[in-house]
Amino acid sequence: MPKKLITVTVNGRKLEKAVEPRTLLIHFLREELQLTGAHIGCETSHCGVCTVDIDGQSVKSCTHLAVQCDGSEVLTVEGLAQGGVLHAVQEGFYKEHGLQCGFCTPGMLMRAYRLLQENPAPSEEEIRMGMAGNLCRCTGYQNIVKAVQYAAAKLQAHQESQKEGVAA
Amino acid sequence: MNAPTNPTLLERRDALQGLGDSRLRKEDARFIQGKGNYVDDIKMPGMLHMDIVRSPFAHARIKGIDKSEALKVPGVIAVLTAEDLKPLKLHWMPTLAGDVAAVLADEKVHFQMQEVAVVIAEDRYAAADGVEAVRVDYEELPPVIDAKEALKPDAPVLREDLAGKTEGAHGKREHHNHIFTWDAGDKAAADAAFAAAPVVVKQHLLYPRVHPCPLETCGCVASFDPVRGELTTFLTSQAPHVVRTVVSLLSGIPESKVRIVSPDIGGGFGNKVGIYPGYVCAIVASIVLGKPVKWVEDRIENISSTAFARDYHMDGEIAATADGKITGLRVHVIADHGAFDACADPTKFPAGLFHICSGSYDIPAAFASVKGVYTNKAPGGVAYRCSFRVTEAVYLIERLVDVLAQKLGIDKAEIRAKNFIRKEQFPYTSAFGFEYDSGDYQTALDKVLKAVDYKALRAEQAAKRADPNSPTLMGIGLASFTEVVGAGPSKMCDILGVGMFDSCEIRVHPTGSAIARMGTTSQGQGHQTTYAQIIATELGIASEVIQVEEGDTSTAPYGLGTYGSRSTPVAGAAIAMASRKIHAKAKKIAAHLLEVGEDDLDFEIDRFNVKGDAARHKTMKDICWAAYNNVPPGMEMGLEAVHYYDPPNFTFPFGIYLCVVDIDRATGETKVRRFYALDDCGTRINPMIIEGQIHGGLTEGYAVAMGQQMPFDAQGNLLGNTLMDYFLPTFVETPHWETDHTVTPSPHHPLGAKGVAESPHVGSIPTFTSAVVDAFAHLGVTHMTMPHSSYRVWQQLVASGVNL
Repeated sequence: MPKKLITVTVNGRKLEKAVEPRTLLIHFLREELQLTGAHIGCETSHCGVCTVDIDGQSVKSCTHLAVQCDGSEVLTVEGLAQGGVLHAVQEGFYKEHGLQCGFCTPGMLMRAYRLLQENPAPSEEEIRMGMAGNLCRCTGYQNIVKAVQYAAAKLQAHQESQKEGVAA
Repeated sequence: MNAPTNPTLLERRDALQGLGDSRLRKEDARFIQGKGNYVDDIKMPGMLHMDIVRSPFAHARIKGIDKSEALKVPGVIAVLTAEDLKPLKLHWMPTLAGDVAAVLADEKVHFQMQEVAVVIAEDRYAAADGVEAVRVDYEELPPVIDAKEALKPDAPVLREDLAGKTEGAHGKREHHNHIFTWDAGDKAAADAAFAAAPVVVKQHLLYPRVHPCPLETCGCVASFDPVRGELTTFLTSQAPHVVRTVVSLLSGIPESKVRIVSPDIGGGFGNKVGIYPGYVCAIVASIVLGKPVKWVEDRIENISSTAFARDYHMDGEIAATADGKITGLRVHVIADHGAFDACADPTKFPAGLFHICSGSYDIPAAFASVKGVYTNKAPGGVAYRCSFRVTEAVYLIERLVDVLAQKLGIDKAEIRAKNFIRKEQFPYTSAFGFEYDSGDYQTALDKVLKAVDYKALRAEQAAKRADPNSPTLMGIGLASFTEVVGAGPSKMCDILGVGMFDSCEIRVHPTGSAIARMGTTSQGQGHQTTYAQIIATELGIASEVIQVEEGDTSTAPYGLGTYGSRSTPVAGAAIAMASRKIHAKAKKIAAHLLEVGEDDLDFEIDRFNVKGDAARHKTMKDICWAAYNNVPPGMEMGLEAVHYYDPPNFTFPFGIYLCVVDIDRATGETKVRRFYALDDCGTRINPMIIEGQIHGGLTEGYAVAMGQQMPFDAQGNLLGNTLMDYFLPTFVETPHWETDHTVTPSPHHPLGAKGVAESPHVGSIPTFTSAVVDAFAHLGVTHMTMPHSSYRVWQQLVASGVNL
């Protein structure tokens, strides 16, 4: 099958790749780029273990074609930590025991990362609604809610300390 | 061990992060950074991909398979059918239950989505194209879908390969679709109790077919090295050593040249105990082609073909006195095992440990009979987050006790208290012969009733019932369950003749760190964290410097794996025992270094002190170093131990769960207002992890009770095999969980621990049904069949004439 050239920025790195038009984004990430953090759970957009961030939106990469990402910026779980420092959502999942088998975790983290930009101070109900496209079979969600709350508090505290820094 | 008495001791103890510490998980760092290593993450040079051609029919004869078009698809390397496996005698394989199962359908298909052929190609897309191009000519046959129809005299013959076989693995077969009849208890005694009883209640209970549905599906990467004659297979298995033994027996490759690795596993819940045709075909393909072959099933394949759970059609009866004291129990079950008997139960127990169905109650006479039958549905019958059919058993007894309470007009808490095995009766031998190790049910019940203010809840319910305009019906559910886990004593339990022990090997290094290798396999339970905590307390070595490895059969000692809540009861005990061997040696070394007798030493957290003179001591760090250069005369160097633990008995965790639901009288929507779960798993190793396991198990129980089922039409089409149809609860429906505990240690376990992760699944399902039925109890309803979806509950509202 003839391939199509795409330009895509993944975790801050600009790449040019030839892909088959039918290649799903999840396969492109996992098999072409060796980014195996995002997983495949259902192939029908229900479970969310394949969730990545594309141009500021949460996207289930198992039902998205790689060619649709031409010109886009993609962020995966591998790009969350910066300079060896965990992102607040990663820290929250660790501290609040928000994961068990770990299979849903990369998708959960990417969704939580986006949710907290859409709504920096969500209520429990807003977290539950905002994360409902991601399934977990192990945790019963209660500690994931706490993990997202932990991250929200940490990100807010960080923002406020930055504001104070600017004011000073 | 001395209790810490000053801050220094406390600090030293806390630094170990030992038994009882809510230590954060060591596994998490890799998972939160996308660095887990699951089967589908594994890529090997030259690796090929396999995909499976599956039957669209539940029962059909295969008249022909045409591979020619598939072989023309670019990238397709090979297509294998049963004909290709026949010369290797691998077209059928033995199951763990003593039956055989088709690897690839041989002349006939027995269930929809059965494996018919495999396509091996250069990438997964080409393999899928190849599957589309394989042409199979079928002649449809009449299917048997309903287990109750299977034993009718004129029912179609499903297993032609068993023609004339009147003896099965578990005794006489009475019919062409009959697998076994298994009896437990004393029939005559039970019959006598019923004959004499003033009160008898009966209830038919259907436990629908469900699927464990872990988020990671099943798969493997098989890699045969033709030069060395060695086979390495990365595989989604909860029991890699058992897989190694089976693969060696099937392939003829010596077990020493077979390496099975369970890497990170994305949830198991019983689904990853079995040995599936996909694994066997990938291994055969790798051997034939000399290249690594990957097979990973998709979600539809997972739900349709790999092991289901339950599908028990139960009839239960309780005999009682007029004031509600239970005197007898009788149970008859038709167990739908699907097309092949492929349960993964201990060999001697074709119905698993179903005979725990006398529950938490002192029932003097009991009898249970389970009849296994073949149907045109996928094989399985695994323990979905439970110990071998314990979920079915607990559901049965808890429902029956509720029905009895309702019939006699006794409160469901009161009838339980009246029938509990009392604290002083332990160890207690049940009418089915189990010896319950320990329990204190009444204390747990009292604690729960107080915590939720049970009287106030009942008063609120009475007020709602009295108000014809109330928009909701309120139900209160209660269960007081006892499980039997930690299989098991080798005198009773084996898999393929291998006793169900488990194992631990610990090596302590000269600088005071250690590695432990285990026969179990974590699928999210956090073994790397909790196992290290046990060693930390036993040996005085900090958890942080203890590595725990499992899942690789080339390095780990033989173990039976992780399912049936056996990791803590069996492997946890093996860790304690291996640690104690090392502890004993360390003590000898300390005595030698301090030039005192062993009896003159006390162990204190992380060191041995000379009695009465703690200033003279040797820390474990000192001892570890000395173990490699200065041991007593005649002692071997080194500091390591292996222990294979064969438990003397099962363990019997228990709990009291209470649930409050509000049912919308217009829609049938059932909201869980409150769920209070008290668990007693004996000694608690890591309370944070226990709580996490309980949240997860309760959520899986909620799924089963409120929405999960695998419905089939009359032709055997599975009507719900995607996540669109098969219910996995999301953040939104999942209730908020309240947890609590009591601690009644197991007297026979070295740590007193009993296992916990399955209790919430086992215990919550009858609690939900109890709550939903309770909402209708004043209208004369005694039972409702799961799952309690809004539609079904609405149907009951209409039937009871209380819908709005």
